[in-house]
Amino acid sequence: MTALLGLAALALHVTLMLAAAPLLVGVVRWIKARLTGRRGPSPLQPWRDLLRLSRKQAIHAEGSSRMLRAAPVTVFAATLAAAALVPSFALGMASAPVADLLVLAGLLAMARGAAALAGMDAGTAFGGIGASRVVTFAVFAEPAMLLVIFTLALLAGTTNLDAVAGVLREGTLGLRVSLGLALVAILAVAIAECGRIPADNAATHLELTMVHEAMALDYAGADLALIEWSGAIRLLLWMSLIAAIFAPFGIAPAGGSPLDWVLGLVAWAAKVLLLATGLAVLESLIARMRLFQVPEFLGVAILLGLLAVIFLFISQGFA
Amino acid sequence: MTAIVLPALAALLAILVAAALAGLVSLGRQAGIATTLACALGAVLTMAFLLSGAAPATLVLPIGLTDQGIALALDGLGGMFAAIVLLAGTAVTLGLTDSQPLVALFLAGMLLAVLAADALGLLLGFELMSLASFGLVLRGHDEGTPRAALLYGGMATWAALCTLAALALLSGNAGELGFAAIRLHPATGWRVSAAFVLLLLGPGSKAGLAPLHVWLPPAHGAAPAPASALMSGAMTKVALYVIIRGAFDLAGPATPAWWGMALLVVGTISAVLGALRANVEADIKLVLACSTIENVGLIAAALGLALVARAADLPALSSLALAAALLHALAHGLFKPLLFLCAGAVQHGAGSRQLGRLGGLMRAMPVTGAAALAGVVCLAGVPLAPSFASEWLLFQAAFAAPRIGGLGFQMLVCVCAPLLALAVALAAAAAIRLFGIAFLGRPRTPRGAAAEEAPRLTRWAMAGLGGSCLLLGLFPAFGLALAAPSLRALAGGGLDGRASAWAILPQADGPGYVPLGVALLIGLAVLGTHWLRRARHVPAARLAPAWDGGFAAAPAWMPFGDPLTEYGPDGFAQPIRRAFGSALLVVEETLDMPPPGDPRPARLTLSIHDPAESLLFAPLGQLRAMLSARLDVLQALTARRALTLMFALLLLLLVFVAVARPL
Repeated sequence: MTALLGLAALALHVTLMLAAAPLLVGVVRWIKARLTGRRGPSPLQPWRDLLRLSRKQAIHAEGSSRMLRAAPVTVFAATLAAAALVPSFALGMASAPVADLLVLAGLLAMARGAAALAGMDAGTAFGGIGASRVVTFAVFAEPAMLLVIFTLALLAGTTNLDAVAGVLREGTLGLRVSLGLALVAILAVAIAECGRIPADNAATHLELTMVHEAMALDYAGADLALIEWSGAIRLLLWMSLIAAIFAPFGIAPAGGSPLDWVLGLVAWAAKVLLLATGLAVLESLIARMRLFQVPEFLGVAILLGLLAVIFLFISQGFA
Repeated sequence: MTAIVLPALAALLAILVAAALAGLVSLGRQAGIATTLACALGAVLTMAFLLSGAAPATLVLPIGLTDQGIALALDGLGGMFAAIVLLAGTAVTLGLTDSQPLVALFLAGMLLAVLAADALGLLLGFELMSLASFGLVLRGHDEGTPRAALLYGGMATWAALCTLAALALLSGNAGELGFAAIRLHPATGWRVSAAFVLLLLGPGSKAGLAPLHVWLPPAHGAAPAPASALMSGAMTKVALYVIIRGAFDLAGPATPAWWGMALLVVGTISAVLGALRANVEADIKLVLACSTIENVGLIAAALGLALVARAADLPALSSLALAAALLHALAHGLFKPLLFLCAGAVQHGAGSRQLGRLGGLMRAMPVTGAAALAGVVCLAGVPLAPSFASEWLLFQAAFAAPRIGGLGFQMLVCVCAPLLALAVALAAAAAIRLFGIAFLGRPRTPRGAAAEEAPRLTRWAMAGLGGSCLLLGLFPAFGLALAAPSLRALAGGGLDGRASAWAILPQADGPGYVPLGVALLIGLAVLGTHWLRRARHVPAARLAPAWDGGFAAAPAWMPFGDPLTEYGPDGFAQPIRRAFGSALLVVEETLDMPPPGDPRPARLTLSIHDPAESLLFAPLGQLRAMLSARLDVLQALTARRALTLMFALLLLLLVFVAVARPL
């Protein structure tokens, strides 16, 4: 029975992730437009774009290899597999035993690597620029992410995301300085990984300033649809991850009743909407930073992560 | 079981030596095939021995010291490393196109070193390995070969001296050279600590641990590809074996915690430095060699954690860290020879090893390309790669390490863990750069555009190694089963209940890493994507010139476009080089910008030095030059003075003997 419930939760979760991700991108764009005094397109616009693109023929660059053809599917599959690990409205999904935080980071790295290689495969300068920059950001983001995972592992005694979220949901740990520092660190990592301002600008059309978009420049049609969808899922994934760890209120416990699920769904939607509003406000308030400042931005995240771990050692002793 | 395996491995030693001799009288290809088959059989038997969990066996060879011979023993640790050596040996000798007697001798040396049960056999094997690989480095044709060989020879001599001294110190209390006797009466006090430091300096330098790693990239670059494959995949592991044998086994069960901390620090520095250099080198083989330094560093860091945990009497944590080290050694022993074989195929087929002269090889060399992709996936350590499983174990051990206690050690762990993550991320960047520049995109030279696929046997060797990596990635528990006897013997406990066929668990009753579950999720997502494509009736893709932000397609007289419009290896590495270059590597970028009106092209020249070279080796070289200038005076002494000097020395020696005897 629990296994069946877990499977049902997983199926619902994946469907929700797939359906809500483009909507989330649309909502962020809509709020940003409102904040800057424009009417803005409907939040459904990304979905309409995806549907239109998915009917169109893909075009591959002459001289490219199978990498370019395989990359959209690889990026999408790795991102979706990662999204299946992050609890949204309920704990105890069928994917819970697999949902390790290091595996999650690894799956995102797999998607990033496939996108970077495909960017280089087109044989254009833009693809190379994008790949080179995205890889550089990752070099700084991964140690910061590892320190966040280290903090959580010290607090919860495991790196399993489901178990970590369960421990934090209990609330017995209380409010901790380390968790606050880790939250700031993971926010910086998430901004860099999702290619949002100030690390990157997802809406830019000036190629020289692009990072994530530069790698996808030579995709068209259904391939582009997959890449854009993956990007949207990645944004929703990071928001759900932050919500599940740092705001575990309302999330349904493992083996919860349908009422718990409904509550969890409402809580999840509220948390994601709040984060989306925060992102839109942030993006409207500040400008994108210079490329070579992004490592410093992520370096601050690393330092905060380090402080989070050290605070734990000092406060708890861990002997 | 044991009754067959050890004599079989001893016979394999004899076969390898015989194959080397046969190669000298040009028995040729037959000797090579015999070597491959013998290695494969030896690897299968050794793995069967490890899986059966049989008791260790010993055998005395009738050569060596009078009345003693050389004792061989097959136990868990020796068997694990023998399997690593033989697996790499099988693949590499399969891909050899002509007989290379030195390769067989090299394998024999490594096998003897890991099977030896006394100090004499260990030294003999270690030296045979060094000598054969020195000969292999000398076979290079580059202009840098003499310097690389000289540096390698010097460092090999240094490693041998340190190993000799370390073994002498370790066997001091026992008064015998046999490991069994040393185990009964392990050395104590300052002697055993000095032995550990010597092990770190000697075999550590052979393994490529910083700061004595400077010899490794040039030597791997100079040697032919099969030889570098073995040096990187097997020889560095044998050096690590000597460290493990000394520090975990021969030094007795009670070792101080600072040994482990020293290994952790040295390993972390090596990992970061190696991974960083792998991002800036322009030669494929140098990139791979630098990544070897990184991987050896990761293994050393895991060994360090295991030693500290063992000193704190935490066998569960110690076995977790040791399992990470051994699994990573096995994984690296598979994927690094694979990548070196690919590098050899590229050099042969595309005429260059310089990344800046390659590109688009995936289409001309599809099999090599696929094998290289498998290799760089392991290099990058993404989930489902065998290296991910070992790195996952390493980080789990690091996360659990603060429980050992002591604020100083906790701080050390919390600095080393992100640095190890940095090394892993840098290695992924280097992997993407290596594969993306060499195998993807457009060719950069006409020679590279007309590349040829590797010969058939080499392709088989690459396919075998790639398939093994895939299987080990899906079933890392197999590698852990091979490591189980070593864990029980050295870490005070196995991974009982923590490694099943499906999952690896850091704690017996908790969640863990489930590679098959991850594979299932990815597989389902891929199937779903295909179903979506079919449901949406997506038409088949068509080919068109790259859009490139609206740039015009290349003219017809540029069949593969202008190579300069493609991102090159230096440009790709620039952001990382700028971020770390001044701090960790000594990078100098000088821009020569001619004034307006001057037709001279602007040039950006780049020079990169390893900090170990400028901080350690250059001062040592100056010291040597100064000393030799001073000592030159001795050669010009008159006969009277020379005799006086000798007499004085003799007197001094006699006094020393007379005084030191009673101590």
